[in-house]
Amino acid sequence: MQDHLIVLQDLRMVFGDGYEALKGVNLYIDQNEFLTLLGPSGCGKTTTLRIVGGFEKPTSGDVLYRGKSIVNLPPYRRNINTVFQRYALFPHMNVAQNISFGPDMRKEDRQKTARRVLEMLELVNLSGFEKRSVKTLSGGQQQRVAIARALINKPDVLLLDEPLGALDLKLRKEMQGELKRIQVESGITFLYVTHDQEEALTMSDTVVVMRGGEIQQIGTPQDIYNEPKNAFVADFIGESNIYAGTMVKDKRAIFLGCEFNCVDKGFGQNVPIDVVLRPEDVKLKPAEAGIDGAPQGTVLSTLFKGVHYEMRVLVGEDVVLVHSTHAREPGAEVLVTVAPSDIHIMHKSDYVRENDEEEEGLM
Amino acid sequence: MRSRGLLLPFGLWLVIFILIPLGLVVYYGVTVEAPVPYTQIELADGTVAYQLEDGTVSQWPPHQTQASFSLDNFRRLADEMYLRLLWRSLYIAFVTTVICLLLGYPISMILTSKGFKHRNLLLMLIILPMWMNFLLRTYAWMSLLEKTGLINQLLMALGRERPIIFLGEGAVILGMVYNFLPFMVLPLYSVMEKIDHSQLDAAADLGANPRKAFWRITLPFSLPGVLEGITMVFVPSVTAFVISQLLGSGKVPLVGDIIHQQFTRANDWHFGAAMSLLVMVIVLAFMYAINRADPEEKGQKEVRIW
Repeated sequence: MQDHLIVLQDLRMVFGDGYEALKGVNLYIDQNEFLTLLGPSGCGKTTTLRIVGGFEKPTSGDVLYRGKSIVNLPPYRRNINTVFQRYALFPHMNVAQNISFGPDMRKEDRQKTARRVLEMLELVNLSGFEKRSVKTLSGGQQQRVAIARALINKPDVLLLDEPLGALDLKLRKEMQGELKRIQVESGITFLYVTHDQEEALTMSDTVVVMRGGEIQQIGTPQDIYNEPKNAFVADFIGESNIYAGTMVKDKRAIFLGCEFNCVDKGFGQNVPIDVVLRPEDVKLKPAEAGIDGAPQGTVLSTLFKGVHYEMRVLVGEDVVLVHSTHAREPGAEVLVTVAPSDIHIMHKSDYVRENDEEEEGLM
Repeated sequence: MRSRGLLLPFGLWLVIFILIPLGLVVYYGVTVEAPVPYTQIELADGTVAYQLEDGTVSQWPPHQTQASFSLDNFRRLADEMYLRLLWRSLYIAFVTTVICLLLGYPISMILTSKGFKHRNLLLMLIILPMWMNFLLRTYAWMSLLEKTGLINQLLMALGRERPIIFLGEGAVILGMVYNFLPFMVLPLYSVMEKIDHSQLDAAADLGANPRKAFWRITLPFSLPGVLEGITMVFVPSVTAFVISQLLGSGKVPLVGDIIHQQFTRANDWHFGAAMSLLVMVIVLAFMYAINRADPEEKGQKEVRIW
């Protein structure tokens, strides 16, 4: 435990109105790590971040910083800085005044601070902006000022609360690369909060998927994407097909009305499970191919998506989403095949996709 | 062009209720009333008669008066008695404004603080007295504070021998603070409500303790409200008149009282109007100074009176 920079121990948070935002969160963050809390709104990710920053006090649980509890320290005594969701720049100060706010509070040497401000502006690619009013800056520029304002304090940890949420898609992509570069260059630990799975997967060393105040899965982006622990994670991370099924025995599973070979073991015999198939892993074969044990279905729709075609195939009562560079005509009879290693088996969970009904309605 | 037509009612309003009365005040202020000039003449039959300038002759001295341009009213104002009166009015208005600010600022901070649950209740309590007639409220204070008032009755019942004289300058200031406090709280509340709490979070995040965050964030942001509150309290305080009569038991006459008297009892509208003009100039000068102090107003194309 002593090795971790920050340890969250059994954090619980119940708000005044009885809403339980966190139901026992345990997590550690290492030095130089880029850790992302990922989840839909209301999952408790921002509350967790605010507790680390000192803006909220948890109902119970502890926050250890280099092994010492900081849960009772006010924000201004923590060597942690935050980039707020809407940046929270001070509108009555110019760019340089905003950035030097932290050093000024610590009464650091003014000339040294002025030099550091210029360095920071260079780091965030805003050289020459020091005299500008923050009100005249674009969203992306404000964002960079907010980062510079936090980084000038040389924090051990930088908290970022959906910092790219207000930017347009192109700028968001640019800033993702920029943030990662800044993190690597500065060597500062980043605790990042987002609901954008793609953002989380591209930038993070570690992704923590949260839902309803609980951690669902902690892992590298690859783990989270390839080995989702449950249907919620699988659904939240990218598009996927999730089916209820039965594990007959090791390496044999039934779903979509057929029995498949897979590589998972240790679930027991005849156990209900959830199965995840990534759309890009599903291969369609013509019905005439005659492959034993492959479910047959009808193509419902075909959409051209640029890099691939997105097809919906009706198999019995289930719909299989398929991404392929090879288009099939709607109405074509096809066989659905998946390589055993691409079938991902998960323990059954109570999670039900919220948009299921909507999808059926569209058909 | 169509929108110009919409200005017509306001234009009429402006002329009837602002420009004409203001013109009248100026007219009265720079004129004095004097009997029309006449000469005494002896008629052929030896009786005395009075002839006006236009040639009309009457048996009695003319009772008509006529107004003539004069700055005498303002010369009269330069009298030490009136200047002292004016000074006291300004002093009492100043003290009232300072007390309202010292009370109103913390109240507004409490009202807008994040975890405060009784916001509507407290706001209600501040506004509630305003539902009652102003005169009635002031009479209520009088009946509490006067020599035979409720407080003194209570104190005497508890064994005090002589009543405490509350009425006087202190009571006048109390009455003014009581009546004008909402005018300080409401503008302050409305600016403080708009302060983004994430800015206070950001200040704390960057190492500002609550005291520093107040000086660097809350105060600059609330300054327009402070200035507006000061104007809203100071201006009616300078011109107040009923409060000083009721709660000062006649010992603390203010400029407003004297103006009031000129119109009601002394029947010297000219002098009253001149005094009103002087107060108006003071108020305008004050508002000009406040406007200059407001950073929000600087260099912005907003509608202002200057």
